[in-house]
Amino acid sequence: MARQRKGIEVSIAMADAVAQANVDVIAAYPITPQTHIVEHLSEIVANGELDAEYVPVESEHSAMSVCCGSSAVGARTFTSTSSQGLALMAEIFYIAASMRLPMVMALANRSLSGPLSIWNDHTDTMMVRDAGWIHVFVENGQECYDNVFCGYRISEDPSVMLPLAINLDGFILTHMIEPVIYEDNETIRKYLPDVRMKNALHPDNPVSMGCFAMPEIYTEAQMNREQGILNSYPTIIKAWKEWGDLTGRYYHPIETYRTEDAEYCIVTMGSYGETAMEVVDALREEGEKVGVVKIRLWRPFPFEDFRRAVEGKKSLIVVDRAISFGGPGGPVALELRSALYGRPNAPAIVNYVAGLAGRDVARSDFRKIILEGKAKASKGETEGFTLYGLRG
Amino acid sequence: MDKFSVFSSRLVEKSENFTSGHRACQGCAEALAVRHVMKALGRDTIVAMSTGCMEIISSPLPLTSWRVPWIHNAFENSAAVISGCESGMKAMMRKGKIPAKKINFVAMGGDGATADIGMGALSGALERGHNMVYICYDNEAYMNTGIQRSSSTPYGASTTTSPAGKASIGQRTQKKNMAQIAVAHNIPYVATACSSFPFDLMEKVKRAAETPGAAYVHVLSVCPTGWRIPTQDAIKYGRLAVDSCVFPLYEVIEGKYRLTYKPYKKIPLTEYLKGQGRFRHLTDKEIQLIQQKVDKDYERILRLSEEEE
Repeated sequence: MARQRKGIEVSIAMADAVAQANVDVIAAYPITPQTHIVEHLSEIVANGELDAEYVPVESEHSAMSVCCGSSAVGARTFTSTSSQGLALMAEIFYIAASMRLPMVMALANRSLSGPLSIWNDHTDTMMVRDAGWIHVFVENGQECYDNVFCGYRISEDPSVMLPLAINLDGFILTHMIEPVIYEDNETIRKYLPDVRMKNALHPDNPVSMGCFAMPEIYTEAQMNREQGILNSYPTIIKAWKEWGDLTGRYYHPIETYRTEDAEYCIVTMGSYGETAMEVVDALREEGEKVGVVKIRLWRPFPFEDFRRAVEGKKSLIVVDRAISFGGPGGPVALELRSALYGRPNAPAIVNYVAGLAGRDVARSDFRKIILEGKAKASKGETEGFTLYGLRG
Repeated sequence: MDKFSVFSSRLVEKSENFTSGHRACQGCAEALAVRHVMKALGRDTIVAMSTGCMEIISSPLPLTSWRVPWIHNAFENSAAVISGCESGMKAMMRKGKIPAKKINFVAMGGDGATADIGMGALSGALERGHNMVYICYDNEAYMNTGIQRSSSTPYGASTTTSPAGKASIGQRTQKKNMAQIAVAHNIPYVATACSSFPFDLMEKVKRAAETPGAAYVHVLSVCPTGWRIPTQDAIKYGRLAVDSCVFPLYEVIEGKYRLTYKPYKKIPLTEYLKGQGRFRHLTDKEIQLIQQKVDKDYERILRLSEEEE
């Protein structure tokens, strides 16, 4: 495939990237809004354009189990799911990380039941926040495409060996037609060579995987996981840097827009970043000193990058896409409050939960959130959270 | 005897792929079954094992009893995990990423992992037809967690969650017939076996491994702890189960039934039940009713086998 720019549905672009990454096994179970990704992959395999095993499993629980088996023998492995599917595979999702099994998942974010909803928010991914996976959030089609390759580079790195989830907003990204630059296969091969994992299951070198742990060793096993995910940080930076050097598209754990002289910022994660940027442009024209901070790397959380990005700001307006019932606010705000707690001159944090189950958050809504949030911050109203757009 | 490639203990593979030093209870016939199965399979085998007795006794980190590549992931998913191992190896060999080699892909689980919680994953794997063998070690209850009933516990057995009492006979449901469920998937090979008949067991496991596609072997594995019998009698009770026709040994090759062991003289059911603590509350009348069911089920297998001859 030669380098080219296409107008294409994001799910299709993502599937094409998986094929270009030359994966060996794809195991998936259909669930909206992930379906177009796996449908297109099964088509690519059926047409002989990718030599891989497409395993049409009977549940998401088995999808993740198949992925564990295939990653354990050293095969490059891909899966994709959403919402209830993620909930069903949650048990094995944790085990995949604990067994240090590299793989990439396209997690098309969708709200969790109940009530049943197929639309987009971040309640599904927040459920597995602490599983030990690397979580990357993307904002547009190009980022989906690019991060498939970066994802495998990071996940399969011998110093990392952890599964990685690419979080893309369901429908808002999966079903959108966007311009995407496809890199040629040679560039991909150079960036992402086929690797043979050490300690894969093979009769020539028998190893036991997934042994059980008594209390005297469980703690150490957990520390090993913690160390593993912390160690992934430099690899992630390197993988994104090299991708940028090859393609001109650079990624960073925390990304900022017009924040240099900003007094306050809106903080987003996922596809909301693009809308927020447009609103910030408009507000800037009106003289508001506002910027956007976007969280790309959610786990391992880039504390230092974040603190640097918001240094000297008066306030942060954090837009969450999930609720922690009975808790102190949305999960992102909670994270950021922890990151800044006890720091001198830390910005005040005002938290909004918005766009649950795909309820539209238009530019006018962002404008309202930003201005209202700024006012709240100046009055010191920083406790808890506001459920934006709640009808009375 | 001529039906067996291995018919004398001298001819049995000497090397141990499931080694001693594991932590099974005294007299565990399930660990014995695993040992025989691993002798039959040889070293070029990848094993995916469900959570359960055999997993717990053989893999306390950092120790292992396994001399073959072995993976434990969760309770209900060994059939799916081995599907992944097989698919991954197949793809990598086809693409030339690794050298081609004949490898046996074997999933193992207890009766709870097979007939209860892992039924969906097993059915999916059999339906997809991976080149794999699934082996169920059936000790007829959740022995690892302390003898709770499963759907594979026989009618009338007293367990910790189906206790016999004034208002209950114990287990009130009939044992789920996993071998027949496997047959219904139209897979090329299904067999029942028992560790009290080691040559028959090893022969069937070899045949299952040589069969292209999915194969299923259901191994009755006597559990002295859960069945409440003396530890030295595990082998004896396996023989009694087969000789009383409670657990007939047969195989189904491409849908064709063959009884691999026909007792010279069918012994009465009571011989099998009377020494087991889990059945000691049963009255003669109740045993008679169970006997009728055993006779009926055995007649069916006999008829199916004779039809094929």
